[in-house]
Amino acid sequence: MNVSHPKPEADVAPPTSLYANRVRVYPKAVDGPVRRVKWLVLVLCLGVYYAVPWLRWNRGPDAPHQAVLLDLWNERFYFFNIELWPQDIWFLTGILVLSAVSLFLVTSLFGRLWCGYSCPQTVWTDLFMLVERKIEGDRNERIRRDRGPLTFDKAWRKVAKHAAWLFIAFWTGGAWVMYYTDAPTFVHDFWTGHASTSGYVFTLLLTATTYLLAGWAREQVCTYMCPWPRFQSAMLDENTFVVTYEAWRGEPRGHGKRLAAAATAAAPLGDCVDCNACVHVCPTGIDIRDGLQLECIGCGLCIDACNHVMAKTGSTPWLITWDTVARQTAKKSGVNPSLGLLRPRTLIYLAVLAIGSIAILTGLMLRSTIGLTVAHDRAPLYALLEDGGVRDGYTLGFVNKTPRAADFELSVVGLPGAKLILSEISPKPETTATVPMPADQLRTLRVLVQAQPDHLVAGRESFDFVLRNRETGAKTTYHALFMGPVSHDR
Amino acid sequence: MPTKIEKDVISGRDTTGHEWDGIRELNTPLPKWWVYVYLATIVWALGMFVLYPAIPLGTRATTGLLGFSSRAQAMAGFQEMNALHATQMQEIGRVSFADIEKNHDLMEVALTAGRITFANNCQPCHGPNGEGRIGYPALDTDVWRWGGSLDAIQQTITHGIRSADPDARNSQMPNFGGDKLLTPAQIEDVADYVMTLYGKAKPGVDTSAGEKLFGDNCAPCHGAKAEGNRDVGAPPLASRVHLYGDSRAAVVAQITHPRMGVMPNWNHRLSPATIKAVALYVHSLGGGE
Ligand code: SF4
Ligand code: SF4
Repeated sequence: MNVSHPKPEADVAPPTSLYANRVRVYPKAVDGPVRRVKWLVLVLCLGVYYAVPWLRWNRGPDAPHQAVLLDLWNERFYFFNIELWPQDIWFLTGILVLSAVSLFLVTSLFGRLWCGYSCPQTVWTDLFMLVERKIEGDRNERIRRDRGPLTFDKAWRKVAKHAAWLFIAFWTGGAWVMYYTDAPTFVHDFWTGHASTSGYVFTLLLTATTYLLAGWAREQVCTYMCPWPRFQSAMLDENTFVVTYEAWRGEPRGHGKRLAAAATAAAPLGDCVDCNACVHVCPTGIDIRDGLQLECIGCGLCIDACNHVMAKTGSTPWLITWDTVARQTAKKSGVNPSLGLLRPRTLIYLAVLAIGSIAILTGLMLRSTIGLTVAHDRAPLYALLEDGGVRDGYTLGFVNKTPRAADFELSVVGLPGAKLILSEISPKPETTATVPMPADQLRTLRVLVQAQPDHLVAGRESFDFVLRNRETGAKTTYHALFMGPVSHDR
Repeated sequence: MPTKIEKDVISGRDTTGHEWDGIRELNTPLPKWWVYVYLATIVWALGMFVLYPAIPLGTRATTGLLGFSSRAQAMAGFQEMNALHATQMQEIGRVSFADIEKNHDLMEVALTAGRITFANNCQPCHGPNGEGRIGYPALDTDVWRWGGSLDAIQQTITHGIRSADPDARNSQMPNFGGDKLLTPAQIEDVADYVMTLYGKAKPGVDTSAGEKLFGDNCAPCHGAKAEGNRDVGAPPLASRVHLYGDSRAAVVAQITHPRMGVMPNWNHRLSPATIKAVALYVHSLGGGE
């Protein structure tokens, strides 16, 4: 049994396999300030995840009542009082970009905080490990039982553990689907067999992935599958706070009378007593004393573990701590280190974050709830009428982005005497047409504009379609072109 | 092939034995389960090979145990659509125009069927969007020779104009020049008057003679105010829209040797339901009454 990745032993013949057996990790329970913060973040993340689909939000009778709803089928995203249409998707893009920049900022300042605390892989793995500990006991007990023969005790504990895991996974998968459909309805339909096929398929699929990734794959996801660790190393520099073993005061490590006796006043023993407590609690099974490693997710649990030991041996705590390479170099030579939080890299990330946030907020505030698009018929450009009038055909798209049905008022400005014909609504030519708009919908109508061509210069005239929501007063105009015969030698 | 497995001096780790220009690769072994996942995908692929069309055999390919073919899938889709449309077209043929207009789905089917049928059959003469051209009437304006209501349009499409159909719309404009009903000078006078109806009067031209001749010869069909007469398909002349153009020469030519268009009767080529659909489409072009 080896908890860290195998280290080469000089006297062992070199193995030639390019494939390794999985090294099982048995993380030990630990308590301390870091662990408590991590529990807090876990409860917060899971709470938000499971609870949000159940939040209700009153949008009136014509819109869904779920506070956060990604209604793919109807192409609408709802976030409390914000409603996004497909053409607003850039908000989501923007938010994802900002999330990425925030991640860059946090990582360049404090290392892999995301990995250690809020990544779903970490959060669910942590939860699954908690369940495992509750059922199978702590590290030593689990190791012993796994090595031992199959007994009734072992069997029921394994079965109970996997059942609990599957239950959590199922709950997780179901909660995911609830973000895309009305949660109470979905739960009811799910158990009465009326939910959609995709509802069942995605619930089961996400149950399976949660169970496999958090129960079985765990740290292997971080080490072998996830691109983030590769990516995040680019954000780290010598001023980034990362989980660090203060080798300059820890080494030479060791404990026991013999070593203590061998140590001299000129070369005293370091603070590290080589108890391996930090290794035993590590969820990825590595030894932080080897320095910063790809596998380290920056969870800081080894810090808690080590602090207990330091308290017992009476040494200065925080032998394992969060610190930067630059500060460690300074400390080693007894200089008082500076924090170094403000540096070009972090300032640039901060600036991008600020500019991006302002842009998105402005966009969100200026977002219009009414929309109008106009397409002139491509052919014929116009039709001549008996009385010499000219009629142009347009296809108009009306957008009502409010959750309430309303009458929209369409009129024409800049074309004297112009009449509108919306044959689908009323065949009568009128100067102002009323378009009943359903809530949250767009409507495409053919609109004929009829006018006398006397004032047409070079066969064309520009004018404005004006659309107004009678309920809210929101207004929009569209600059369009009216075409007619070029000249008449009348 | 690994050539020489050795230990890297700096990291103390094994190398893979691969060496490129003196650069050696450290062995960072992949977990075995990861490899098994790869193997599983290969097994999956084999299953696909057996179940689905996969191996090319020159002009064709293995069909697979499931007998799947995307063409058959597409054809099944077509058949489904056709069956649906067949019932919808039947409905269009059965109910009245008013009922079709009230039923949004039916109306959509009718307009689509009408548009496609129009493009295949009517467009050569009336233009892609019914804008017409010299000698072929525009269908998107408010000038109609035989009427622009849905029923009138349906009648015209079904039986045609001056076609072989016994119920065709029929009328004849007298051959004023050829049959010497009017002298060339009189025809010129009538043309001068007609130009005033067209809104293109030449200043200083006396049209009283033409007006008198018009009253005697043309008004019986075209109307005293030249407003046209749909019973005989006589177009309104007090208008800005003209079948054969609005030049004076065209007017003279028409009076001298009248041209009279022929429209085929479509009842032997299109089903009554399709004709109804075309009528609805033409009606929607903008000129429908
Ligand atoms: S390495 Fe990837 S999966 Fe692991 S904690 Fe970090 S982001 Fe999450
Ligand atoms: S070395 Fe420490 S900080 Fe890194 S993953 Fe292990 S316990 Fe967490």
